[in-house]
Parts: sequence; C-alpha cells; structure tokens
Amino acid sequence: MDPLILLFALGVIARLARSDLRFPEPVYEALSIYLLLAIGLKGGVELSHQSFGNVLLPAVSVLVLGFLIPFVLFPVLRGIVRLNQADAASVAAHYGSVSVVTFAIASAYLERKGIRAESFMPVLLALMEAPGIIAGVILARQAGAKGGSVMHEVLVNKGIVLLAGGIVIGLLIGSEGFASLKPLFGDLFRGILALYLLELGLVVGGRVPELRRSGARLIGFGILTPLVMGVAGLLIGHWIVGLSQGGAVIFGVLLASASYIAAPAAMRMAVPEANPALGISASLAVTFPFNVFVNIPLLYRLGDLL
Amino acid sequence: MNMTTHRRCQLTIIAEYVLESRLVAVVAHHGAHGYTVHEVRGGSFSAEGERQRDGAGETLRTIEMKVICDRPVAEAISAQVIEDFGRNFSVRLMLSDVEVFRPGKY
Repeated sequence: MDPLILLFALGVIARLARSDLRFPEPVYEALSIYLLLAIGLKGGVELSHQSFGNVLLPAVSVLVLGFLIPFVLFPVLRGIVRLNQADAASVAAHYGSVSVVTFAIASAYLERKGIRAESFMPVLLALMEAPGIIAGVILARQAGAKGGSVMHEVLVNKGIVLLAGGIVIGLLIGSEGFASLKPLFGDLFRGILALYLLELGLVVGGRVPELRRSGARLIGFGILTPLVMGVAGLLIGHWIVGLSQGGAVIFGVLLASASYIAAPAAMRMAVPEANPALGISASLAVTFPFNVFVNIPLLYRLGDLL
Repeated sequence: MNMTTHRRCQLTIIAEYVLESRLVAVVAHHGAHGYTVHEVRGGSFSAEGERQRDGAGETLRTIEMKVICDRPVAEAISAQVIEDFGRNFSVRLMLSDVEVFRPGKY
C-alpha cells in the first residue's frame, strides 16, 4: 500500500468521525508553498540537462488543451448536469486547470513502479494552470457574468509564481547548486507530501455533506470527466505529442485532474453569481480521490499496453 | 490621570477571504486612514443544514476587517460594500461606537 494514500484516507475518516484533528491554516499554507517550490525546483534542475527543442510541442499541446477543455465541458455541464450558465462556466474552469498534488502523487506512483517520465513534466504542469481558468472567464463573460477582472490574479497566483519561479531557479542552479537544497527539497519531499495529504483528507471529509447537496449528476461528471480526459490525454500524449510511456501517463493525469486551489479563488471573483461549492466539491471530493485511487493505476496499466 | 477620549465609529466587516484586496480598495477610496484584518472561523445554520467556513483554501476562509473612522465614512464604505458584494458573497457589516485617544489618527 502507498503511505500517501493511507494518510489521505486517515484524514477523510478522521473528519467524517468528527475528530478534533485540524491543521492550522499557516501550516497548510506553508506545506503547499513547499510542495509547489519543490516540484518547480526539481523540474528545473532536471530540465537543465535537456535541450529546449524537446519541450516545445508538449508545451504548446498543454496550453491549447487546457484552454479547450472548458469549452468542451461547458455544454455537458449545461445539458447533462443541468447547471446554470454561471455554475457551468465555473466548474468547467476547474477541470481545464490542473491539480498539483495529483501530479505529485502520479509522479511518486510511477517512481515506485520504476518508470521514468520526461523531465520537463513540471513545466507542463506550470503551463497548464492558467489557460483553463482564462477559458472559464471567457465562458462566464459570454453568459453575461459581471465579475471583476481577474487576469492579473490568475497569471501571478502563487501556484504559477512558485512553480515557474522554481523551474527557472532550478535551471539556473543545476544539479550542483541544488545539492545544498536537496536535504530539504529532495529528501523530505515524500514525507511532507504525506503530511499535506493528511490535511487534504480532512478537507475532503469536510466536503462530504456539501457533496450530498450537489446531486448525483455532478458526482457522475466528477468521475466520468477524468476517466475520459485521462484516456484521451494518454493517447494524445503518446501518439501525437510523442511522449514515453511514463510521460504519456502523466500527460493523461494532467488532463484528468481538476484544480481546487487556483481555479476556485479566480472563479469566485470572475463569476460571483456561481455557487463556489459546486466546483470545489466536484474537483476535490470526487475527482481528486477518483484520480488517486482509480485513475492513476488505471492509466498506468493502459500505458503498459501502448 | 484623566485622559480625554473622542467618539469614532468602528465598522466591522466579516467577509470571504477572496474579497480582502477589494475591501481594502473600497476602504481606501472612501478616505479611511487605516484598517486591521485578521482571519476568523465560523459557520451558518439554515434550512439546508449547517455550513462551516473553516476549510483550507482561499474560497473557504473568512476574514474580519475593522475600520475606525467618522460615521459618514463608515456609512459610505458600508453602502458600497453592500452594493458591490452583498448579492453574491458572504458579507456581514456592523457599526459600533468606540472611544479613541488620538482623534487625528482616524
């Protein structure tokens, strides 16, 4: 069993059992800053051994796909899940953007299986944060939402600053410069990710009552979307982008994952009339556990067949 | 020692965390001299059931902002906050009388 998943499950159970276990907000904040920076730094260091030409096609692919996904999902959310325009735009943006922790768990999973993905994967992660949110804002505007401008906030949100900043610093310092940071950002990574997952389990457990209110259709959407997107991502990653087996699995996970940090905050301001509980509940309480427990192992198996 | 005090108005705003920078802009726009913000926790009870606003992540966090100013300024800030955010966001506003020692500060 993967200790990361066990700690996540412990968090969910503790919250459902109404345990008094709770992480102070600054600790949660510090853990997420650490994870974002560590993923960025390690990605940058790996990237310093690579030529940039290899990154171009995958980078353009995630920018385009991240932007297109909300436009594909919006009609589904309107017609099948039966959300109003504002709610549909908001939820669509969550699924266009990505979840950093799902990426980290998928990377750790592949590492345990002894499969390597291309070293530029964290770059794709950083690039895929914003386009989906921007597409969600455009969808909301078309639907007549009168929210404030959030472009600046989307582009300088802490996820992008830390991931992109970490990648650039990692590139500049290379393996030699990273040696002094490795005890903190390399060796401790899994343990700190485990702590973060315990906290995330507590948050997810707290969303369960909200989930009951959002209805079976949204829950179904939260399961089927990552399933379809994951398989599509795996195939596109392998056949069109030309990634290795491990790279294609991570590519599928990027498409399958839904944002629960950057997108909710941005959509709250861009589409104030949307119900913020829908997007977070679907992405965090349905799609995140589904990806972790079912989709990542499934994509790994399918990747084996390629 | 007998110290002289002066009456001012304290506006307390309890609102969603994501509104902080917007609220600061409104407070500054109407000429208040400063503000204090801290994070709080809370929830609400309705027919739909209990809702807790104590989760991690910016959309689930809550702030409390205090502004001490003249009453007309507090009323102008309140009116704009209700106009801009009252419909779609969780916002609570309260006015109370306070006594201050150095009136020039507010």
